[in-house]
Amino acid sequence: MKSVIAEDLVKTYDKGNVKALDHLSLDVEEGTVLSVLGPNGAGKTTTVRILTTLLRPDSGRASVAGIDVIKHPEKVREIIGLSGQYAAVDEILTGYDNLVMFGQLYHLGKKQSILRAEELLERFSLTEAAKRPIKTYSGGMRRRLDLAASLIVKPKVLFLDEPTTGLDPRGRQEMWGVIQELVKGGVTLLLTTQYLEEADQLADEIAVIDNGKVIARGTSDVLKKEVGGERLEVVVESQHVAKTREIVEKVSGHSASVDEGLRLVASPVSTGSAALFEVLKALDAAGIHALDVGLKRPSLDDVFLSLTGHVAEVKVAEDLETPAGSKRKKEKTR
Amino acid sequence: MSAFQDTMIITQRQLRLLTRVPEVLIFSTIQPIMFVLLFRYVFGGSIDSGQPGGYVQLLMPGIFVQTVAFTLAGTAAGLAEDMKKGLIDRFRSLPISQSALVLGRTLGDSLLNIVVLAAMGITGLLVGWRPSGGLLNTVLGFLFLLGFGYALSWVGIFVGLSAKDARVVQNVSFLVTFPLTFLSNAFAPTTGMPRALQYFAEWNPVSTMVAACRELFGLENQFGATAGSFPSENPLITSILYMFLIMAIFIPLSVRKYKRVSH
Repeated sequence: MKSVIAEDLVKTYDKGNVKALDHLSLDVEEGTVLSVLGPNGAGKTTTVRILTTLLRPDSGRASVAGIDVIKHPEKVREIIGLSGQYAAVDEILTGYDNLVMFGQLYHLGKKQSILRAEELLERFSLTEAAKRPIKTYSGGMRRRLDLAASLIVKPKVLFLDEPTTGLDPRGRQEMWGVIQELVKGGVTLLLTTQYLEEADQLADEIAVIDNGKVIARGTSDVLKKEVGGERLEVVVESQHVAKTREIVEKVSGHSASVDEGLRLVASPVSTGSAALFEVLKALDAAGIHALDVGLKRPSLDDVFLSLTGHVAEVKVAEDLETPAGSKRKKEKTR
Repeated sequence: MSAFQDTMIITQRQLRLLTRVPEVLIFSTIQPIMFVLLFRYVFGGSIDSGQPGGYVQLLMPGIFVQTVAFTLAGTAAGLAEDMKKGLIDRFRSLPISQSALVLGRTLGDSLLNIVVLAAMGITGLLVGWRPSGGLLNTVLGFLFLLGFGYALSWVGIFVGLSAKDARVVQNVSFLVTFPLTFLSNAFAPTTGMPRALQYFAEWNPVSTMVAACRELFGLENQFGATAGSFPSENPLITSILYMFLIMAIFIPLSVRKYKRVSH
């Protein structure tokens, strides 16, 4: 059964001048994780906002757990959880206050809200910080509390909009751990991300979107296959690069690329390990010693590049290393 | 009655914010007290009030009204802040009454007004203010002030939801409330203003509110009831009409805006 269905969603901004969603369709099977992967401005957040009743599409249909999002938004709100870059908690209140307040707003009753808050704080390792205002929390703690707030009533479908954007590598790892726990518990999850690695790690299925459209979808393995087969890579001493290139091209039947700096020769191959063996044999015969050799499957980066014709966002870690990087990040999310 | 409960929870949040950041409460109280003292001792000596008990009798209603008018800015800025931080999206994704968030905020801001008005009243009494309209009328005067502040906080909701930036909200609110409170009879007689401004000042809701409060607090001089216009003759009725008019316009506008915000 499909838990989330979006059909032909169109959303334009600025009187039709900016097309955020261009007949986007996707669905999520119950109990699975779909990652919506795309660069900034691809339409990820718009999609989530429509599915979570925050935004009305210009046209198209959407339903969550069989309930029409446009016709019965109030019923959808009862069964979803939303967390992410744009759904926040009250910074001035403590973590505990926030969770109790949201519990009450979910109509749990005061007592039940308190119990649930304590339970969630414990589960997300926030018990110690419970009585501190959110503004004293680290980025990772904030996101965990935010996630906790979206789990108060055990939602049927959970939406996480870029749950790790802006986190440092450690915060990201922690968040992944928490999400993986949830997934094990069998929640239906729609997760957006601009990080290929994240989609690869967390999702059963990936929908790649660009310019408001789904341009590819499938498991990470399927997507990688779509881009092409494996690549053979050999690193040799610099004086042997030219000769190695000749050998590799002869075996693979394709032209090889050379990175002089890395002394790396690479070429697509269709025969896998047989090609690898052949190349090694030929190198040996020519008296060339391979420093490193291997078969590489395409990364999701390659997938993205070949699907969209442009490179995906730079990785978080690189982005946050320099102050300039983190500043850039802030400006982008604004 | 879950809409009511939702509203109460949001109101509680407003109050809790005050306990977490007591500075807000302290400064919202200190500022009007400072105005009372400054006006009382700077202008009090030079403005001829024609009033037994002096300028402070006329001043207090003026400052009361000015202070509740500034509620608008507080409401607007708080809401704009929630929007900026994405908190509004969280609330909107919850299965709660869609008007609870704005309704709760207006109620919370009115409760803050009670505290502020009380502090000002006490300060006024200390520096010579003596309401002489009787207890009932005095209480009525304060209820009037709260009602006016409540009506204006709906304007604040609308401004807060409409603005793209929290800092703009401050400026816009200031631009609206400052001229309104000064182009009135709140601090000085309107009779000294150019003719065109006099008309404006007399129809200005701030003036009618001030005049109404002065009446309820037992004063005669209205600071500008010279033109014999309807609002200056009937400040109480005009003020009530204004309050309902403001709410009749801005409550539906704000609720509609809230539901469609960012659509």
